[in-house]
Amino acid sequence: MLVLAVDTATPAVTAGVVELAPDSPPRLLAKRVTLNAKAHGELLTPHISDALAEAGKSYADLDAIVVGAGPGPFTGLRVGLATAAALGQALNRPVYPVATPDAIARDAASGRPLLVATDARRKEVYWAAYDAAGRRTDGPHVERPQDLAGKLPAMGVRQATGEGAEIYAEVLGLELLQAKHPSPEGLVAAAAAEVLAKARPAALTPLYLRRPDAVEPTGRKRVTRA
Amino acid sequence: MSDRLILGIESSCDETGFGIVRLGPDGSLELLADEVASSVEEHARFGGVVPEVASRAHLEALVPTLRRALDTAKVELSQIHSIAVTAGPGLAGALLVGVSAAKAYAAALGKPLYGVNHLAGHVAADTLQHGPLPQRCLALLVSGGHSQLLLVEGGLANSITEIGSTVDDAAGEAYDKVARLLDLPYPGGPPIDKLAKQGNGCAIAFPRGLTGPRDAKYDFSFSGLKTSVARWVERAERAGEEIPLADVAASFQEAVADVLTAKAIRAAKDLDVGTLVISGGVAANSRLSGLAAERCAEAGIELRVPRPRLCTDNGAMIAALGAHLVAAGAKPSPLDLSTTPGLPVGTVQIL
Ligand SMILES: [Zn+2]
Repeated sequence: MLVLAVDTATPAVTAGVVELAPDSPPRLLAKRVTLNAKAHGELLTPHISDALAEAGKSYADLDAIVVGAGPGPFTGLRVGLATAAALGQALNRPVYPVATPDAIARDAASGRPLLVATDARRKEVYWAAYDAAGRRTDGPHVERPQDLAGKLPAMGVRQATGEGAEIYAEVLGLELLQAKHPSPEGLVAAAAAEVLAKARPAALTPLYLRRPDAVEPTGRKRVTRA
Repeated sequence: MSDRLILGIESSCDETGFGIVRLGPDGSLELLADEVASSVEEHARFGGVVPEVASRAHLEALVPTLRRALDTAKVELSQIHSIAVTAGPGLAGALLVGVSAAKAYAAALGKPLYGVNHLAGHVAADTLQHGPLPQRCLALLVSGGHSQLLLVEGGLANSITEIGSTVDDAAGEAYDKVARLLDLPYPGGPPIDKLAKQGNGCAIAFPRGLTGPRDAKYDFSFSGLKTSVARWVERAERAGEEIPLADVAASFQEAVADVLTAKAIRAAKDLDVGTLVISGGVAANSRLSGLAAERCAEAGIELRVPRPRLCTDNGAMIAALGAHLVAAGAKPSPLDLSTTPGLPVGTVQIL
């Protein structure tokens, strides 16, 4: 099966064309990745077109789309989801959302309990925890790294990966692994079972984890007689 | 050349709009679908549009709203000739949802993409109802987000010049703030209009902003008016008087309509333009359109006001503008097109 993978939940603008077959790991045919947290909107679709061209494939050749559903900074995150949703509709192909840290955990493939933490800005991280078999055991959550650090001993996690883990390495005190942003193979691996089974995809709901910033006006002025 | 179908996508504020317009070989436009999903109710308790709430709603509404538009028009996506999308001005995060989707539709279908100006779209909306614009016309755009006076020359694809705009609040914003003051719901336009009908517009002489001899001739200011309404109400309350709500609403509305129409008519006379188009959400206001009709008739100016549904933000107006660009042989925008929240009105298309 020919699968397109996209993710915009981290500063990486990620697009890749991946071959997926039963009983073998996803095989990357071509990818385009740019590190620029402000360019998701400009670059994602050109990256997809370029990756397809390099793979010698067209949009119509795609069998499915896998998209990172976050968590991640909202504005960038929505670019990937809007793009994937529109592609799915235009091509009449299923779109499978995956939690972005699940893809990063696949990439790290440490074989030991693992923490994935990405940068949530505002001095917080988005994090999820995985067991030795790579199954998610907790998260994703958004939290201050100091508060997360206090929970780590009980979780039995000694390794960490992701940009948030890197930025707050000292606070978290874990061994740092290299996987930083989700790879196309990691994204497809995280959805492989559903894609291969042609399962009905889950709703394309972003993992925001935070409410919108908005305050209701106070001191409302009443001039009508009650 | 045969008919071409143009898809228009709008997401600059709190409405997710998909419109489909048929562009005939003679340049005629026919509106086939105009589907809008609005998040206005989600913003009501905040008294104004919350950008993040609007952006979240756009993402949810994209696919189903386009589906409805295709069903209404009884066409398939593959039959679409070109795609136009609002690239600015507007809320950054909101614009990005529509533009991201538009790029994906264009790339997947192999269709040309036009990143266009939302304000020019408001003027284009009128051509769906009243046909082609004359060689020169003035457009007054009034809504919750904009208050502008534009000179359109040689068609929408050619030249749009801003000759005046608000120096502070947009007209619709002033309505929202005064509505809050009078304990009326958000958005403030319709309830104030309704209440004003029972009141006397001459009861209170609220100030007309920027109408002094040395003020910018075509610019607007509504912030002083809003403050003046607040002061008047406070004074009356302190004096223990009953607040004549209908008179306050009517007098406020009269001040807004008076300034907007007086400046538009003056610009038309100064620039020797025979046609005035009024569009944007506030164009539906009964006193504004009534006074404009009166004053245009007196001055011998043709007045064009599209029906209310076309005045508010929608995808049909963007499809109409896209059709004007396609008809004029404009080059498509590149797929690495950026959104531009502060896009000036003179830039009709982003290249
Ligand atoms: Zn508008």
